[in-house]
Amino acid sequence: MKVLTGNDLKTGDVIWWTGEGWSRHVNDAVDAGEHPEAILAREEAAQRVVGSYAIDAAVTGECVRPAHIKERIRALGPTVRLDLSLKPADPAAGNWVI
Amino acid sequence: MYQYDQYDQAMVDARVAEFRDQVNRRLAGEMTEDQFKPLRLKNGLYLQLHAYMLRVAVPYGTLNSAQMRMLGDIADKYDRGYGHFTTRQNIQYNWIKLEDAADILADLASVEMHAIQTSGNCIRNTTADQFAGAAADEVEDPRPYAELLRQWSTFHPEFDYLPRKFKIAIIGSDTDRAAMKLHDIGIQIVKNEAGEIGCRFYVGGGMGRTPMIAPVIGDFVPPLQMISYLEACLRVYNRYGRRDNKYKARIKILVHEIGADEYRRQVEEEFAHILTLGLEPPPAELERIKGYFADPGFETGLSGDIDRSDPDFALWLDQNVHAHKQPGYAIVTISLKPTGGIPGDASADQIRLMADLAKAHSFDELRVTHAQNIVLPHVKKADLYALWQKLDAAGLASANLDLISDIIACPGLDYCSLANARSIPVAQKISERFADLGRQRELGELKLKISGCINACGHHHAGHIGILGVDRKGVENYQLLLGGSEGADTSLGTITGPGFNEDGIVDAVEKATDVYLAQRTDGERFLDTYRRIGMAPFKEAIYG
Amino acid sequence: MVENALRYRDDEPVADPAVTVDAFAEQTNASAVRIEPGDDARILLPHLGRLSLVEVNFPAYTDGRGYSAARILREHGYAGELRAVGDVLLDQLSHMRRCGFDSFAPNQAIDRAAADKALATWPEVYQKTVDGRAAIWAKRHGLA
Repeated sequence: MKVLTGNDLKTGDVIWWTGEGWSRHVNDAVDAGEHPEAILAREEAAQRVVGSYAIDAAVTGECVRPAHIKERIRALGPTVRLDLSLKPADPAAGNWVI
Repeated sequence: MYQYDQYDQAMVDARVAEFRDQVNRRLAGEMTEDQFKPLRLKNGLYLQLHAYMLRVAVPYGTLNSAQMRMLGDIADKYDRGYGHFTTRQNIQYNWIKLEDAADILADLASVEMHAIQTSGNCIRNTTADQFAGAAADEVEDPRPYAELLRQWSTFHPEFDYLPRKFKIAIIGSDTDRAAMKLHDIGIQIVKNEAGEIGCRFYVGGGMGRTPMIAPVIGDFVPPLQMISYLEACLRVYNRYGRRDNKYKARIKILVHEIGADEYRRQVEEEFAHILTLGLEPPPAELERIKGYFADPGFETGLSGDIDRSDPDFALWLDQNVHAHKQPGYAIVTISLKPTGGIPGDASADQIRLMADLAKAHSFDELRVTHAQNIVLPHVKKADLYALWQKLDAAGLASANLDLISDIIACPGLDYCSLANARSIPVAQKISERFADLGRQRELGELKLKISGCINACGHHHAGHIGILGVDRKGVENYQLLLGGSEGADTSLGTITGPGFNEDGIVDAVEKATDVYLAQRTDGERFLDTYRRIGMAPFKEAIYG
Repeated sequence: MVENALRYRDDEPVADPAVTVDAFAEQTNASAVRIEPGDDARILLPHLGRLSLVEVNFPAYTDGRGYSAARILREHGYAGELRAVGDVLLDQLSHMRRCGFDSFAPNQAIDRAAADKALATWPEVYQKTVDGRAAIWAKRHGLA
């Protein structure tokens, strides 16, 4: 499926389209459906996202896994500074990226 | 070092006001991202993998302790407690918010700093030799010229929308410590047989997708015509540099495609015209700037003796301390490459400590090197031991300058949206594999450089050992290059063969060093042995 | 008058339409010409005397060739109207002015008050160029 991602205009946070708004957590991402471009154009124009685009991702249970390693790193944070990532308490978090 | 007068201060203040207005207009929806992006780039603000990244300029790599302290404070106040020193002598912060950016620029302006033109298709920060004003082999300190250049290039109205970025380096000795020939323009200050000073212009170097070594375009430009010659070089590029293809838009492509002779001819023609316009600052201006770069109050009659009885201190002394032109003094390089660490990163506390040490021991001056280390340029030999102890306590005393673990690495896919592969974990693994300092010293000078993509911000083309991260069907893969060099004997590395995964590349590097150890003759560095025996023995050992 | 025009000259605007550089060479009575980014402004140098208006087109504001074209013309003594047309945005006005442009015909209208403010962005200037402003180095050494 395709999910939508981008950054928050003001804070720069990596965000994912939830169907209703934008979340910092990739597991909240939903299938973008038939017309992702329309969603992106509307959201960019409303300034709720910047630098947005669609990516491939797969769902396993409640987990959304972006298809490309770059997007998985965006979803988590720097693998070399897990203390700054979204999972600072999980030393194995970096394995999810590979 | 240079101090702003009211004019310089007015310029950075005006820039802060301009950018604050631009950010407000963007947040109010009066500008689209397409309209805003080039403007924020010209203030060093990127939208990166995890957040906005701000690149702060350290002009020609020189700063004082108050400025360094501010860099540490910014890391705490606006970022996540650390900064990253780059291969262009700048510092980057990775977790910036757009809504804070103007305030950060205002804080920087309060200590005569800025983020002007650190990105975008304009003239970037001019870099210089990190030992300028301290090294014994200097013809002339390049930094006054670099300051003149900084002012000339700042908000230059004609060259704000070039085909692509433009990077200038300037050195003042035959020893090229700034990779000068791998820049869009490299300027070497030379002395002719009559003892006159001149500027030798190399134009059309660069790394990235198509690395090239710059040819000499202007052999001996009088210093008081340096600005006019630069105007000519830039104008020809602005008019004729390619704009059809982003990957063919640097000046190196133009010089390569029309040929150095034709490019020189066009520059000379433009130069002759520009000389009639009176654009050059008067000699008094260069003299005024030089006044700021006079030697600090060196003491005389100092002892040159150093007590080497502490073996760890002795190792550091041998590796990280260079001879100074003034008796009784030394040049100290602080390594930001601890074993297993992130090359070039420093915590806010470490940054402030280095600021304090500069104030106490180095006439209030520091340098950032393009190898992502920090220099204290003027340290009394008598102070070295006490300085080393303080560095050691803060994890800043790695005695590995120019050894294999003194790795240059770009931020890579952990931080950068342009990257194809992570570079930092590779640097960490290599650093750990070669952790033993005795082993490193046995290998000797070995400049290892890692880039996470073809843009080559890690300068991998110029590494004795270079590593390039690529994306092979969504999986990180690493190519090995050998034989690059950035000095006076600039050469570009050659790829060994098929790439490796992360563990494989570390093994391959180790095998390359084993070949060197087995084959070297007396006094040969890794680079020398490679140049003598060629690629074949390395290829055989690595691929079997 | 051209739509959306901002003009910083006292004289009357030229009524003639601007012709292309190629056409200009053939039309000896033309007094207005339009330069495209790929044109060499130096072609006009022998004809500056009969030019009252030079338009410099910016199809994309990121293409900075027009800045050089403008400056070259002024350096050689062109004193007529020098107009930046096309994708011209508020944030480019001050540098354009410094390169010699004295009128602007942007695709999207720019508010005159905002333009005036943008033109006043720089209290000082580091470089001597064609706009007559004294460079900082000149002020420092009593040459202004």
